[in-house]
Amino acid sequence: MQDLILTPNIDGPDDFYAELIAAHDGLSKEESDAFNARLILILANHIGDRAALSAALAAAKLSQEDTTACPD
Amino acid sequence: MLQDRYTLAFREYPYRRSVDQDLPSPVRHPVVIVGGGPVGMTAALDLGLKGVPVLVLDDHEGIGMGSRAICIAKRTLEISDRLGCGTALVERGVVWNLGKVFHRDRKVFEFNLLPEEGHRYPAFINLQQPYFEKVLVDRIRAAQADGAPIEIRGRNRVDGVQMEDGGVILEVTTPDGPYAVAADWVVACDGAGSPMRTALGLEFDGRVFEDSFLIADVRMKADFPTERRFWFDPPFKSGSSALLHKQPDDVWRLDFQIGWHVDREKELRDENVRARIEEMLGPEIPYEVVWKSIYTFQCRRMTAFRNGRVLFAGDSAHQVSPFGARGANSGVQDADNLAWKLEMVIRGLAPDTLLDSYASEREFGADENILNSTRATDFITPKSDTSKLFRDAVLDLSERYAFARPLVNSGRLSVPCTYDGSPLNGPDALPGGPDRSRPGSPCPDAPLDGGFLLGRLGGTFRLLTIDAEAPPEVSADGIDVPRLALSAALDPSGALADRYLGKARSAVYLLRPDQHVAARWESYDEDAVLTAIRGATGRH
Repeated sequence: MQDLILTPNIDGPDDFYAELIAAHDGLSKEESDAFNARLILILANHIGDRAALSAALAAAKLSQEDTTACPD
Repeated sequence: MLQDRYTLAFREYPYRRSVDQDLPSPVRHPVVIVGGGPVGMTAALDLGLKGVPVLVLDDHEGIGMGSRAICIAKRTLEISDRLGCGTALVERGVVWNLGKVFHRDRKVFEFNLLPEEGHRYPAFINLQQPYFEKVLVDRIRAAQADGAPIEIRGRNRVDGVQMEDGGVILEVTTPDGPYAVAADWVVACDGAGSPMRTALGLEFDGRVFEDSFLIADVRMKADFPTERRFWFDPPFKSGSSALLHKQPDDVWRLDFQIGWHVDREKELRDENVRARIEEMLGPEIPYEVVWKSIYTFQCRRMTAFRNGRVLFAGDSAHQVSPFGARGANSGVQDADNLAWKLEMVIRGLAPDTLLDSYASEREFGADENILNSTRATDFITPKSDTSKLFRDAVLDLSERYAFARPLVNSGRLSVPCTYDGSPLNGPDALPGGPDRSRPGSPCPDAPLDGGFLLGRLGGTFRLLTIDAEAPPEVSADGIDVPRLALSAALDPSGALADRYLGKARSAVYLLRPDQHVAARWESYDEDAVLTAIRGATGRH
């Protein structure tokens, strides 16, 4: 299994973020939510690794018990 | 009628009748600069030090009050150093490198803007704009005493412009009435509202951001450290974002995002400003408000920075949001880019098409600044629910996960642009050479013999050799290019090699007078260098 990557891993983060936000331009709230859901499923399929996906679900909860946090 | 648009902090150049006003026909000047702000004065100083006679027309008699631009970036300090006043700025200002970002009541991360050693100047100093301008004017006075042909005329307001064959006529209003000034070249540094731009009917389009910000500069004894603090959704309810930043003389910049639909007059009332300040500082800290202002902004630029013999520089040519310190700093880079090109054209050492490269390089720089400042603004003031959702998700993740931190954008703080693709660039023929010093890049500084590299480059073309042979001087069509011969061994820290050699064992760099890289090779080849000098001066 590959560990979930939680350190910077995207080249040109500002470009990516701008593209992500621009993808929602002109969408209603419902359409944006649906877009996000499709996007998550597409990215999950790309990752594939079940353990990594479980770790990602846990990380997104930001729960206090979570131990994947890195201080820096 | 000449009426002041603002109160002066320093009355530096009171109106004096010029002999030009008593002559029947307009006196002709090689360069007239319209506007005596930081950009106009930098351009005047640079040209004057090169021996080019320059006349500055300013509609006021000195430097305006108000802190306004406070962050002076490293590149501006390096340019000022070349012009002889970098040290004066650092001595007067407050040095900082550290930024901290807060979300609600938690610090989510911090960043160091200059994480490496071996630079003469820090990433930033903070200094109130009037003091920056004062340092420039003082430097101009010293240069004038040494013979630099710079003249400043206060209370000379340009009210009309006519383009003529081979020149420009400016109609100038003074307390003694109007007169005309003729110029071979005009540099319009007359600010965001540029009357020159309007008079010529040139477009200035872009995007309006629907938000307002309240600035309060306060004097107080506080033990906050010297760093930039930025809050998204601060726990104190002074604004939907807030900034705290130190200036000299115990003055602190507070900047609150207060929304688009605000009653400016009401918000600027003393009691309302104080309410926001005390919400942030708490009731027990004594303070005094030294300056307050509400600003809104647009991100826009002129389509073309060159209009025949009129060249636009600074805010007259481009405007950005303040997030990133890219306004005045980029204007100083305009002046830096323009001065040497104008000098060469005036001396007949380059064709006037060299000035087209001023426009294309600085338009490229403006686009980069506008892109960065627009993105920061979109992050700070999300314009849709989805944008805010992602913004808050990034902030929530960033405290715990390092991956989200590069996405947090409270302003991508000003770094000079690399003129990739500039028509002036020559070959990048240094296999293994570092990316950061590729053609188009501003020269990175490096320690050298107890001093620093940039201070050794000066303001002319240079051939920098590192562990490579070359003649002591190369000349191409009247342009003399002295060599600066270095060895990587001169810098035991390894920074010089790291920043200029990379994996290469030797290097030859052709550097422009504005200390940008024009071309680079592994070893000296006369024909290649001569061709590159011609290319870098617009002769292809």
